[in-house]
Amino acid sequence: MRNEKRAHVLRFLEKGLRFDGRKLHELREIKVDYGISKNAEGSVRVCFGNTEILAGVKMSVEKPYPDTPDDGNLIVGAELSPLSSPEFESGPPKSEAIELARVVDRGIRETKAIDTKKLCIDKGEKVWTSTIDLVTINADGNLIDSGALAAIAALRNTTLPHYDGQKVDYKKRTDTPLPIKKIPIAVTIYKIGPYFLVDPTNEEEDLVDARLTVTSSSGRISALQKGGDHPLTIEDVDRMVSLALEKAEELIKYL
Amino acid sequence: MIKMELRKDGRRFDEMRTIEARAGVVKNADGSALFRIGDTVAYAAVYGPRELYPKFLQDPTKGILRCRYNMMPFSGAGDRVKPGPSRRSTEISLVIEKALLPVLSLEEFPNAVVDVFIDLPQTDAGTRCAGICAASIALADAGIAMKDLVSAVSTGHVNGQVVVDLTYDEESAEGEVADIPVAFMPRTGKLTLLQMDGEIGKEQLMHSLELVRKACRQIYEIQKAALKEKYTFNGESDEE
Amino acid sequence: MGLSVKDKEIVVPGEELAQGMDYLPSYGTFRDGETIVAGRLGMVSAESRIIKLIPLAGKYLPKTNDTIIGRVFDVTMSGWMIDINSAYSAMLGVKDAVPEFVARGTDLTKYFSFGDYLVTRIINVTSKNFVDLTLKGPGLKKLGEGRIIHVSPHKVPRIIGKQGSMISMIKDSTNCRIVIGQNGIGWVQGEPEDELVAIQAIRKVEDESHTSGLTERIKEFLDRNKRQ
Repeated sequence: MRNEKRAHVLRFLEKGLRFDGRKLHELREIKVDYGISKNAEGSVRVCFGNTEILAGVKMSVEKPYPDTPDDGNLIVGAELSPLSSPEFESGPPKSEAIELARVVDRGIRETKAIDTKKLCIDKGEKVWTSTIDLVTINADGNLIDSGALAAIAALRNTTLPHYDGQKVDYKKRTDTPLPIKKIPIAVTIYKIGPYFLVDPTNEEEDLVDARLTVTSSSGRISALQKGGDHPLTIEDVDRMVSLALEKAEELIKYL
Repeated sequence: MIKMELRKDGRRFDEMRTIEARAGVVKNADGSALFRIGDTVAYAAVYGPRELYPKFLQDPTKGILRCRYNMMPFSGAGDRVKPGPSRRSTEISLVIEKALLPVLSLEEFPNAVVDVFIDLPQTDAGTRCAGICAASIALADAGIAMKDLVSAVSTGHVNGQVVVDLTYDEESAEGEVADIPVAFMPRTGKLTLLQMDGEIGKEQLMHSLELVRKACRQIYEIQKAALKEKYTFNGESDEE
Repeated sequence: MGLSVKDKEIVVPGEELAQGMDYLPSYGTFRDGETIVAGRLGMVSAESRIIKLIPLAGKYLPKTNDTIIGRVFDVTMSGWMIDINSAYSAMLGVKDAVPEFVARGTDLTKYFSFGDYLVTRIINVTSKNFVDLTLKGPGLKKLGEGRIIHVSPHKVPRIIGKQGSMISMIKDSTNCRIVIGQNGIGWVQGEPEDELVAIQAIRKVEDESHTSGLTERIKEFLDRNKRQ
């Protein structure tokens, strides 16, 4: 049946149409709401059509890694909550959730989005750790792009809690924002047959041959992730990267 | 003795925080709801009844209910909540399950399972009660046969003053405090959840329960309104 | 004494529907002493002394002779296991599916395989909720290329309309082939532009199913979106 569904979606794509009436390179309606969790130091709800994902940032003071003694730490977690889809189960994170967290993490880290030196409190002893957690509320495709947008939006929404040199007082929030230098935007281009499209729904995602996530900031590429079962040609990559950079400019406007 | 003083946040002793309830907030689910009481927010989604695997978990006489209570990692006051089940979340999942079971009629669905997932993005005490309120709306929204809804909120006392719907500040106040999460089946007035932390005399306990029962009636009206709002159609009735 | 709610009112579980012994509880309701109580979410139907609820939500409940669409999710020695959008899966036996003789041990995926969608009819629902299906009958078949859609099983009668009037109108206007199973799974096939209009029309019926003047509004919608 997958073949029949695929043949059907190809007839749509040939006419430049999607199953929900969109054009191939058209995003769904995007919404970004800030401050949805007051106990988080930064939080956001991001919707891409029917996909809804929350991101929250908790700040803590930890020991730095020995190889980066004066850099703040970054941790990204992602939960594909069983609340958000009949296909997700309770239990330890599956590879899909881990990939999501790692792709988002890599995008932020490699773009050098956070000025980590500014998060050093006491070299080799104490640095700020930013922990971003993503949780899906309704999963209807394109979790990587929506999750990445939620993560950077939440970081930009973050202010540091008060720290007296001994412990963090979460009740006292300072108005110091995180030192964000750059804004990474992840755009995933999906390939079905000879066609390239963005922001698929769940129904379309099941029919995808290959995908390429391009994370960039001001036109410079900082992370890539190829997914899907089929290979890509060099020409495919050329098209996909161009399209991703173009769409990144559109996505950043929602922040 | 009831003093008519206001609480720290300006509420009367028998006054709950602002409540908001909505049905049908998770499109993928068979039933869903959002329930907010003050700064505590709970999402609940219901999947099922659906087939239960592995088979040895099945009950041939009736469907089973499974609940999962989960605080999002960034939802708590203080440190990040480690993702995944903890002893605390496992116990709360269990008591929520027991609080909801008495209203469910799962005999129609032997060997099947109804899954209830509760996720909290923001918390300020009363999370299990908010979870129960959301779950109960979500179960009705999923069209499951039920004898009643379940309405829940906490009661207790703060230094002798009996109150309903304690905040985190009140729960952790200095001195003698009791926090008593309670769930009622509003129609029959029977309890389905009763726990307590702290210290209280019997007379005060019974007084608390009387207060919280009235509060649960108010919650029930809000739950009912959320469901009716989703299903009441804008136009006039059927043309045929 | 008397009715506590109005006919066609939406009620929630536990709500009091009527007082006194003059009324009789029927589907979706139960009696508790003198009171008749709602046993689920639904719309009140109280035309006579009998009070019942018309369910508005919930999984599809299989009924004998219903024509439904299901998805093959397992292939066994003797047939196919079908997901029918209900609490339980259904069984399609080889004898009820294939006209020719099939030797034991034949690989049944050569007929229907994982993920295939079939239009079938329910021939039996046992007390233990085993559902048996058949493919023998007019219109029963494996579905080919097309789009699978999901609608609320409770809205299917409205989408189909009286003697199929609503669905015929949509089919005629959009030149699409459409099958809507009683279980809320549907299949649509046509030219992409037409298919989008057909699906939008079905969604519109689903969303506005209990409003008056619906047939007229759908007709207008279809006329407005008709391709020349």
